[in-house]
Amino acid sequence: MSMKYSEEHEWVTVEGDIATVGITDFAQKALGDIVFVEAPDVGSEINQGDETGVVESVKAASDIITPVSGEVVEINEDLEAAPNTVNTDPMGDGWMFKVKLSDPEEIEGLMNAAEYKTHCESLDG
Amino acid sequence: MSDSDLQFTPLDTFHRKHGAKMSAFAGYYMPVSYPLGVLKEHEHTRAAASLFDVSHMGQAILSGDNVVAAMESLVPGDIEGLASHGTRYTLLTNDQGGIRDDLMVSRLGDALYVVLNAGCKVENFAYMRERIGDQVEIEDLTDRALLALQGPKASEVLTRFVPAVRHMNFMNIAELNINNIQCLITRSGYTGEDGYEISLPAEDVEDFAQLLIDEDEVELAGLGARDSLRLEAGLCLHGSDIDLTTTPIEAALTWVVNKNRRQAGAFPGAQIIIDQIANRSTKKRVGIKPEGRAPARAGTEITDMDGNPIGAITSGGFGPTIGGPVAMGYVDIEFFKPETPVQLMVRGKAMPARVIKLPFVPHRYFTS
Repeated sequence: MSMKYSEEHEWVTVEGDIATVGITDFAQKALGDIVFVEAPDVGSEINQGDETGVVESVKAASDIITPVSGEVVEINEDLEAAPNTVNTDPMGDGWMFKVKLSDPEEIEGLMNAAEYKTHCESLDG
Repeated sequence: MSDSDLQFTPLDTFHRKHGAKMSAFAGYYMPVSYPLGVLKEHEHTRAAASLFDVSHMGQAILSGDNVVAAMESLVPGDIEGLASHGTRYTLLTNDQGGIRDDLMVSRLGDALYVVLNAGCKVENFAYMRERIGDQVEIEDLTDRALLALQGPKASEVLTRFVPAVRHMNFMNIAELNINNIQCLITRSGYTGEDGYEISLPAEDVEDFAQLLIDEDEVELAGLGARDSLRLEAGLCLHGSDIDLTTTPIEAALTWVVNKNRRQAGAFPGAQIIIDQIANRSTKKRVGIKPEGRAPARAGTEITDMDGNPIGAITSGGFGPTIGGPVAMGYVDIEFFKPETPVQLMVRGKAMPARVIKLPFVPHRYFTS
């Protein structure tokens, strides 16, 4: 399926019942040079809207708000040594964690690419 | 303060033309970073030279027959002993021994030139007028801009425009002309690197800033890099690391209270400050090195190894030159020794850290 987006600038892709979550290109640009990523613990249960981690740039800390609910099954451990991957490839190698979805219908409530683009443009205004 | 109350520095158009991310700071629209980004701007400053616009800061000339004694009545620094064309870092203290502001004072012939922080410049110029305005004329230099050229290549670059700067020592000031523009140049800065602060007429600053960045070694840097550079250099930010409630002794700035000024009544709060020099303070500003990779931001609680609160972080973030998190803060006096292990409460988890001797990155000031 295609990528979905949250108002808080996370993206989600789903394969089967596993969702992969990261932050968008818009978010990494706003944050600047990312120096630290804290993902949720593997095995933890997270709920849509929870603060499930932190992205720190040289300038500031920003919460990761999970756009989906479920059990965290994997985190991107490469980000510990190379957090700037979130800057260089936010929608690819810079993914943050994977969730076994407990409520797949949540995906339908997220934005598609066109809606997200409009959302970002309204913020740039 | 609403956005409409914000002021512009004389370089506002220049910053926007060069792609700056602008943000409100101390009542001004200021560049936080340029397209290079905070990290590279920081690294470039340590490797070559960066140009910072610090025109938001307050500049003034104080004059009058009694200007030196009048200034000394407000600060714990030895202004009388300041050599002609010497500059000193000092503090405006309050009656409780707290810090109204930190500032630079330079001796220019019979007058004094002061540079103080943007955040409280209106209040502090008013305070100075109230306290010493009957003896001293205070000319607020609102028509002048202030640039900082910082980094190991700063001297080589500025020498191309004005050869005399090469031989200036750290914390000296000179009145020099650059292309017939009258400049006040101090060899000082806020990065821990060699460099200069250049005061010049607002109408001339854009052309001169362009000349400087046209030099191969020079890049623009914003407030983001300025903050991470000064934090690695262990330098205080007023309003964060020092304020009305911290004394110079607590702030580990005892050296600023010159020995010949340590008399009761010599400056606001003198008795309290002198007592703390004799009997120690109950807390002290220290460097804090988190052991992990997570930065600890201002406000983070510091505990002992048993989890008892012993202080708080006042500045913290990522230090690009250190390649990891750096911080400073206040701890109870029994924990101030370097290498003391402590814990930082970050997002509810205790993270190991230790007290370190500041600065994180050695200063590289120039003295011939």
